[in-house]
Amino acid sequence: MNTNTSSPGAGGLALELRDVRKSFGKTEIIRGASLAVKEGERVALIGPNGAGKSTLFNLISGRMGISSGQILLHGQRIDGHKPYDVNRRGLARSFQVSNLFPRLSVYENLRCGVLWSMGEGYSFWKALSGCKAVNDRTEDLLEMLRLDKRRNTPVSSLTYAEQRALEIGVTIAGGGNVILLDEPTAGMSKSETARFVNLIREVTVGKTLLTVEHDMGVVFGLADRIAVLVYGEVIAFDTPENVRANDRVKEAYLGSVLADQQAAEAGV
Amino acid sequence: MDHNIPRYSFKPINLGRWVIWSLFAIILLGAPMLFTSSLAMTMLSKMGIAIIICLSYNMLLGQGGMLSFGHAVYSGLGAFAAIHALVKAADGSWNIPVSLIPLVGGFAGWLVAVILGSVTTRKSGTIFAMITLGVGAMVFSMSLMLPEFFGGEGGISGNRVIGDPVMGITFGPQIQVYYLIAVYCFICTAAMFAFTQTPLGRMLNAVRDNPERVEFIGYDTQRVRYIAFMIAGFFAGIGGGLHAINDEIVTAEVVGPEYSGLYLLFTFLGGALFFFGPILGAVLLVFATVLLHELTKAWLLYLGVIFLMMVMYAPGGVSSLIMMNVRVAAFGLLRKLWTAYLGLGGSALVILAGVAVMVEMVYHIKLNEALGPMMTFMGVELDTHGVDAWVGAAFVTLTGVGMFEVTRREFVRQWGQAQEEIENEIRRRESH
Repeated sequence: MNTNTSSPGAGGLALELRDVRKSFGKTEIIRGASLAVKEGERVALIGPNGAGKSTLFNLISGRMGISSGQILLHGQRIDGHKPYDVNRRGLARSFQVSNLFPRLSVYENLRCGVLWSMGEGYSFWKALSGCKAVNDRTEDLLEMLRLDKRRNTPVSSLTYAEQRALEIGVTIAGGGNVILLDEPTAGMSKSETARFVNLIREVTVGKTLLTVEHDMGVVFGLADRIAVLVYGEVIAFDTPENVRANDRVKEAYLGSVLADQQAAEAGV
Repeated sequence: MDHNIPRYSFKPINLGRWVIWSLFAIILLGAPMLFTSSLAMTMLSKMGIAIIICLSYNMLLGQGGMLSFGHAVYSGLGAFAAIHALVKAADGSWNIPVSLIPLVGGFAGWLVAVILGSVTTRKSGTIFAMITLGVGAMVFSMSLMLPEFFGGEGGISGNRVIGDPVMGITFGPQIQVYYLIAVYCFICTAAMFAFTQTPLGRMLNAVRDNPERVEFIGYDTQRVRYIAFMIAGFFAGIGGGLHAINDEIVTAEVVGPEYSGLYLLFTFLGGALFFFGPILGAVLLVFATVLLHELTKAWLLYLGVIFLMMVMYAPGGVSSLIMMNVRVAAFGLLRKLWTAYLGLGGSALVILAGVAVMVEMVYHIKLNEALGPMMTFMGVELDTHGVDAWVGAAFVTLTGVGMFEVTRREFVRQWGQAQEEIENEIRRRESH
């Protein structure tokens, strides 16, 4: 496993999009998006509302089929594959709105996320209590997510921040090496966000990360590179400094966002 | 993190679980010694069978979120396979002991589930429910088209007393059949409970809660549903096989919508949220179909009303009512509620009395007109043509409704208070 995260680019490509297109009826939402994410790299996907960020995530994770183009995971085609197949190949995603198992406890939610990766499959001839590797991994996750005190609480009684943490936990539970996070910090307070970014950094050590994010503080703090999606196209994909300086990005999106943010900060 | 330190204590014997399963075994063993009449024996046998079938149904409904309207297809075809096996065993063409005939039913139920489940379990939710309804109707209509297999109007009969007795067991007396059912009931219940504690059993819960997310953690939801469906079919078939041995006759209605409906209804009444719910449901099923059925011609009406009340006020069924009160009791708050319960129970009985008088009078007028206008209800002479009885019954009902509403409001208030206290207590314990 690549643990040297400080030098992205050492390995090959973890995730590659080649001229991906997606139409709903006559409307083309993704218009030839291309992206090449290196192993171990942290990439933030930004763009105005309606740019197609969530759609792009749905295409990559197999939730929706693409209209044309190619998606490759570690050099292998995954477009047209079922979500569970994409997941088994090492790509895991989270959801913008917490998408958990509401009647199961925190512990069981995480354990469900672990089961497949530990080779338990559809087995009904052995007891869960005897799956030691699964249970150990689940305990580790509980600790890592700081949810150990809530282990037997059903999801429906968790606080919002805890649900968001569990959402990430279920995503990383299967040990996938390419992680897609869809607005992980949405709806959180400033202090919660700061803590949460640390958590994300911690649990994705050594993994390739692609995250949709609106909070520019998070984006510039977390990402090695930033991809800017506007009207279904990746118009820029570069380091934070270069993206900030990019005229096209400023014009299309970032200019207004940064201005807003500065205004907001000045107002405080 | 250090993997050498065990972070959770290893419990080789779970005492509570041992107690519960021992109790279950003792009840199964001891029931026929306590209730010795032939009616009781019949009912106990039917309960054992219904427990297996309702538990297998709950594998779909409660654990997998699959609302099937055709579960009798699997238990019923299992019953037919078993009765054919019984006939074959009797004429000597198959060499199979009667005690293993239920497994023939189980195998048949599994096989049918393999075939039909491959279609039904592709979908979930409403579409799944609709398909099972269609499949149920299809199989039931086939029972009329294939009299060779289903025996037409008269059904297929067999004889469970075959060959030489093994250790004195002939399966002639009902008590011997009961114990055969009891043994199967215990093993199947244990096996189905064990299933809930396996990786597939847990993923089935996950599929129930959120099928979409399951796809993103590596599991094919259709496959999870399909395997569970096959296992449910197997256990339903065993129940059907026991039914064949118990009744020594199987008619087409056992695959029909009425049986499917009863399994659904009573699994729900017992409670789909807890593993033991369907066991209570199965016991209620036998009480309703045997006793209530004998007591009054309007039994389906009463059943419908009970079901309606349950769906509205206690959608978790009897088992969740019990568990909610156990929780309150565990925090020592149950004693505060017993007066409210007394009030609720009392006023409910008043309503029941009023409504029952009216229902029985209607049935008397419609069905027993030849016997004249007079009828007796609970030892009281009533003139069904007179105004007095009707006004009286209506008055009793309305009084009951009024009392019930008053006590219900008070109860809801007290219940809410108790829940609040429990929540506070839990929070206090967590922070320590």
